[in-house]
Amino acid sequence: MATKGERILEVRDLVKHFPLTQGILFKKQIGAIKAVDGVSFDLDRGETLGIVGESGCGKSTLAKLLMALERPTSGSVVINGRDMARAKGAELKRMRRNIQMVMQDPYTSLNPRMTVGDIIGEPYDIHTEVAPKGDRGRKVQELLEVVGLNPDHINRYPHQFSGGQRQRIGIARGLALQPEIIVCDEPVSALDVSIQAQVINLLERLQNEFGLAYIFIAHDLSVVRHISDRVAVMYLGKIVELGRDVEIYDKPAHPYTQALLSAVPVPDPEGREQRERIILQGDPPSPANPPSGCRFRTRCWKAQEICAEQEPLLEIRPGTRHESACHFAETHDVVHAG
Amino acid sequence: MRKTSLDTLPAEGGLGDEPLLAVDNLHVEFATRAGVVRAVNGVSYSLRPGETLAVLGESGSGKSVTAQAIMGILDVPPARIPKGEIRFRGTDLLKLSDEARTQVRGQRIAMIFQDALSALNPVFTVGWQISEMFRIHRGMSRRDATAKAVELMDRVRIPAAKQRVNDYPHQFSGGMRQRIMIAMSIALDPEVLIADEPTTALDVTVQAQIMELLAELQRESNMGMILITHDLGVVADVADKISVMYGGRIVENAPVHDIYQSPAHPYTKGLLESIPRVDLKGQDLYAIKGLPPNLLDMPTGCAFHPRCPYRQDNCVTDSPPLYEINARRGSACHYWREVLDGDQG
Repeated sequence: MATKGERILEVRDLVKHFPLTQGILFKKQIGAIKAVDGVSFDLDRGETLGIVGESGCGKSTLAKLLMALERPTSGSVVINGRDMARAKGAELKRMRRNIQMVMQDPYTSLNPRMTVGDIIGEPYDIHTEVAPKGDRGRKVQELLEVVGLNPDHINRYPHQFSGGQRQRIGIARGLALQPEIIVCDEPVSALDVSIQAQVINLLERLQNEFGLAYIFIAHDLSVVRHISDRVAVMYLGKIVELGRDVEIYDKPAHPYTQALLSAVPVPDPEGREQRERIILQGDPPSPANPPSGCRFRTRCWKAQEICAEQEPLLEIRPGTRHESACHFAETHDVVHAG
Repeated sequence: MRKTSLDTLPAEGGLGDEPLLAVDNLHVEFATRAGVVRAVNGVSYSLRPGETLAVLGESGSGKSVTAQAIMGILDVPPARIPKGEIRFRGTDLLKLSDEARTQVRGQRIAMIFQDALSALNPVFTVGWQISEMFRIHRGMSRRDATAKAVELMDRVRIPAAKQRVNDYPHQFSGGMRQRIMIAMSIALDPEVLIADEPTTALDVTVQAQIMELLAELQRESNMGMILITHDLGVVADVADKISVMYGGRIVENAPVHDIYQSPAHPYTKGLLESIPRVDLKGQDLYAIKGLPPNLLDMPTGCAFHPRCPYRQDNCVTDSPPLYEINARRGSACHYWREVLDGDQG
């Protein structure tokens, strides 16, 4: 195994357009939903990259692209030097071992007719080289123990577990093939508040133990801050700001990030009357027909002519120390979550 | 003109010392195949005009069932209310006839639900659904009712209300649908508004818009509001006082500032401590150990004792009453003094 800090994932100009068609027999394309539209980032071994954004910003499509569950329209997903977006057949299968996923809803992502042992052991049916047949029961029990469940419960069914325990089963399944990268898509949002902390602690412990790298997608900004080394903020298919957690949360440069952070309710009633809050008007525009230039300009209080004409690139702007995609980027202190 | 029935409907006007709404020792149980589930076990709270009460709790704590009992929308059977009173302006709603209850529901006490898409009927236009309130309760003509619907849509700030009044729910975004739900609930100027997780399904920026709208509407009409939620952030922003529920009971009652500063129940304390904090990054989050209780098989004594760091022997046997800490605070913990002082068990 290689050392910590080495780059294991490089995403470059990733694009996914879903065609919008018209007609039944003779389909013709009349447009496209630009779900992910030019996303680039890197991920190091043992690092956690948080991805935040509102529904419809493309963060779940991005997760599917990373998992090669969807093929990108263009762009590359390079894992350990090989492009997964172009891989096929045996090579793709081998690469998939290295990147696994933990899903949002532990109530629907586990097959109710399979035992926990079968669910966690299923990856071994596909990747038979990882565990010889006679060895699987023992491996599954080890995994149950790693995620804090009783190894004797291997023959139970998902309905016999609580939500938090089910999420642990989902995590054990993600670990089965000893991947280097785990994509967590809203892993705690379906859980009760008192259980969320238990699962987050487990994810952090596993990261230290196995040197895992996480892509952590969530809408709860305080949870993302707690677990992430770096954070990417997405809006309408693009990353608008990317930086270390302290930079994003304490010195956000993009107006959207500033509005997002100020909208998060602070769990402390002291001084709530004086709190500054940026309330955005309206809803995000449709990804089928995004605004010209900067996509946020229709809801932005700083928008000027240049924003409609010229698309701002994700780069380090004057006066800031991390990348943001705004012509008028400037750091701004926001009263923020936790 | 409001139609009156044979029952004495709660009077309007001044209240004196009487709260607007008082839930008193309410019990709700459900008959299920696996046995009787006691979802609510002796809940009491009260609300004054213009006040916001937040009811905080996890799934299964009984917070929504209590609200449904107030609204009178529980399915009976399987639900049953064996004990308790729900007094609205001094009148016990549980003793009213069905007809009189219907007069209160929607007109005097209204509710907003969590999931606006499933609460709206997909085959009727939103204008039709909002104006239904005026047609049924006020006997207005279609045209007048539609004009009122447009007015309301303006009031909850739906852009181009006149053009959109004939659109269907699927043509609106999540935040706009929730505004339509709010429009329906405030249509008849209710005195009490119950909001059951009104922003849980929404994004944070939209959540901020909706909470701001609710606060404005409340200021305009001096409604009392019961906000049911599990989000400690939303509560800190808007609530005047808080009732924390666990296992069908209220475990702590307090004004909002007190509870965040010094919780008096170990469960509240645990919830507050499990919020991620900047200065503790890189360390384990505090986690309440164990699982929420199974309502079919409640722990003996205090329902929280299997998870509690302050547990002593009598917690396993004696169910704690809601001890009075001062006139405005209560805690259902035998050791609330220790919790307040912060000594760990």
